[in-house]
Amino acid sequence: MNRRKFIKNAILFFPAAGVFRHLLKDAQAKPGNGKYDPANHLYGMGVDIGKCIGCGLCIEACKKENNVPKEPFFCRTWVERYVIKRDGSVTVVSIEAQKEKPRAEETDVLRSFFVPKLCNQCENPPCVQVCPVGATFATEDGVVLVDSKRCIGCRYCIQACPYGARYLHPETRTADKCTFCYHRIVKGMLPACVEVCPTQARIFGDLKSMASRLVRFTRINKIHVLKPHLNTEPKVYYAELDGEVR
Amino acid sequence: MNPELVKRLSELSQEVTGFIYPNELEIHWSILIVVYPYITGLVAGAFILASLVQVFNVKEVQPTYRLALLTALAFLLIAPLPLQFHLGHPGRAYEIFLTPQLGSAMAMFGFVYLWYLMAVLLLEIWFEYRKDLIVWSKGGKAPMKWIYRGLSLFSSDISEAAVAFDKKAIQVITVIGIPSAFILHGYVGFIFGSVKANPWWSSVLIPIVFLMSAIVSGIALVIFLYMVITPLRGEGINMRCLDKITSYLFYAVIVDFTLEALDFIHRLYESEESIKILLKLVTDKLFVSLWVIQILLGMLIPLGIMVVVKSLKLPEELRKLFYFISVILIQLGIFATRWNIVIGGQLFSKSFRGLTTYKMEVAGIEGLLTAIALLILPFIVLAILLKILPAWEAGSAEEGAAS
Repeated sequence: MNRRKFIKNAILFFPAAGVFRHLLKDAQAKPGNGKYDPANHLYGMGVDIGKCIGCGLCIEACKKENNVPKEPFFCRTWVERYVIKRDGSVTVVSIEAQKEKPRAEETDVLRSFFVPKLCNQCENPPCVQVCPVGATFATEDGVVLVDSKRCIGCRYCIQACPYGARYLHPETRTADKCTFCYHRIVKGMLPACVEVCPTQARIFGDLKSMASRLVRFTRINKIHVLKPHLNTEPKVYYAELDGEVR
Repeated sequence: MNPELVKRLSELSQEVTGFIYPNELEIHWSILIVVYPYITGLVAGAFILASLVQVFNVKEVQPTYRLALLTALAFLLIAPLPLQFHLGHPGRAYEIFLTPQLGSAMAMFGFVYLWYLMAVLLLEIWFEYRKDLIVWSKGGKAPMKWIYRGLSLFSSDISEAAVAFDKKAIQVITVIGIPSAFILHGYVGFIFGSVKANPWWSSVLIPIVFLMSAIVSGIALVIFLYMVITPLRGEGINMRCLDKITSYLFYAVIVDFTLEALDFIHRLYESEESIKILLKLVTDKLFVSLWVIQILLGMLIPLGIMVVVKSLKLPEELRKLFYFISVILIQLGIFATRWNIVIGGQLFSKSFRGLTTYKMEVAGIEGLLTAIALLILPFIVLAILLKILPAWEAGSAEEGAAS
């Protein structure tokens, strides 16, 4: 290398190194070191009742993903089928429990629809309020979780949940419920039930991000929540919710 | 996985009427949670009876004073056991004491329980027995002598001034003890009454109903024990005492009945969203335990009996018999009250669209046999307590009867 080339390279190298160093420092200084920061998120789910076809894939996916017992009386999520007849009578079944039974022929049906249910991830959760040891808690990003290493299995939270969203896991003997697949969403993935829904009846998103599908969903639909009079402030939002649904 | 549970729930799912949320099939608060408020109610009621002597100076009730205190202690010592057995992780129960979540009504259990046990009951019993313990420690034989010495916490002053101080202390403790007893059972009521998700429980009257029924059951229990133990000791029952306590019982039952009726009428009149399913509940699943056992056998018949006894001047033996039947029926009724609240509140769906069934286990940890054992255990504890701390001096009943 001659002197001329050396000086030329040096002139390029030193400022470039300085810029790189600065960029590297900048990258490291990013909040949370580029890691997931719960303060930047607030999760919720939309349910488009008109789109649900009652296929039950969401239930199956949830059970597989979260080690939920396969029996129909342990559920993190379930789907209800409503049949409202002309005489005003209402029949409701859980599609899982009804799976093996032959469906009776229905006449005089006024309207019929499916309603996916899950933990409402309340802003004001009664389950968190009643837990005597703080095993159930709400995360900063708006998800209600259970610390199964702390839960004593008193089942007060199960009694306090107005939506029947909790059960006692027969293996761990602790309370269990929908977590919005917390282990997935913090990695930027979708909850299992949302991922498999063939009609996109379930819409998951971040309420803090204006670009999220959920925010769009709540903008273009008339929204209702379950049992609003209890002031639990659910973060599961239903579009086209029928008055018969409780 | 628990195949037995799955089998039980699968069978149970056949008996559901209407629609319930899938997770509601399993009844989570079993008979042990019926036993728990029943036992704490007895504690609170027995203590309130004991305080009649101290605070309100009802001299006639004096023969049952110590018995009532020891009964309260015996039942209080057993009260946490049904809760403990019911937990999914009994080994973690200490977390309620160590790291309570202060917003939870249930987390208050540790504080309320310890306060009531240590600051009220044990202290009052200690002051009440202090002089006797010192006397017994001087007179008795070797092992008991030491036990009494230890129980008296090595105090030895039985001068008049010291005994007068004991009496004063007991009065102060009782004055603190009455609201404490109210809190002890009122808080148990609050655990249920504050669950807004459950319209059968969610009522501001529930803690008060719990309290009144606690007083009823506690007084009835002490009467029962007094009527059983006194003849066993070969002594006569003090009828003035018995008449007086049963009249208190009579008034307590009337107040209790009125409150429960008010609660019922209020619900019926307001007729909220849940009224249809609640009416189905009380006319179907709870028909026997509510209308027949709680109201007819547990309230109306004992009230009728007591009205008859009070209005007709019946002979002593007949009065005793009638009182005895009444207190047993009342116990049955109050147990049914607890059952109807705890189990009843879980038999209907929070969707208000269906009912489920409670099938009690027999031999399991949350089964019938455990419940019976837990109901017998306090009597064994009481027998031991009475052996160590006799509630009566020999011949006291005759003296009382003669006076």
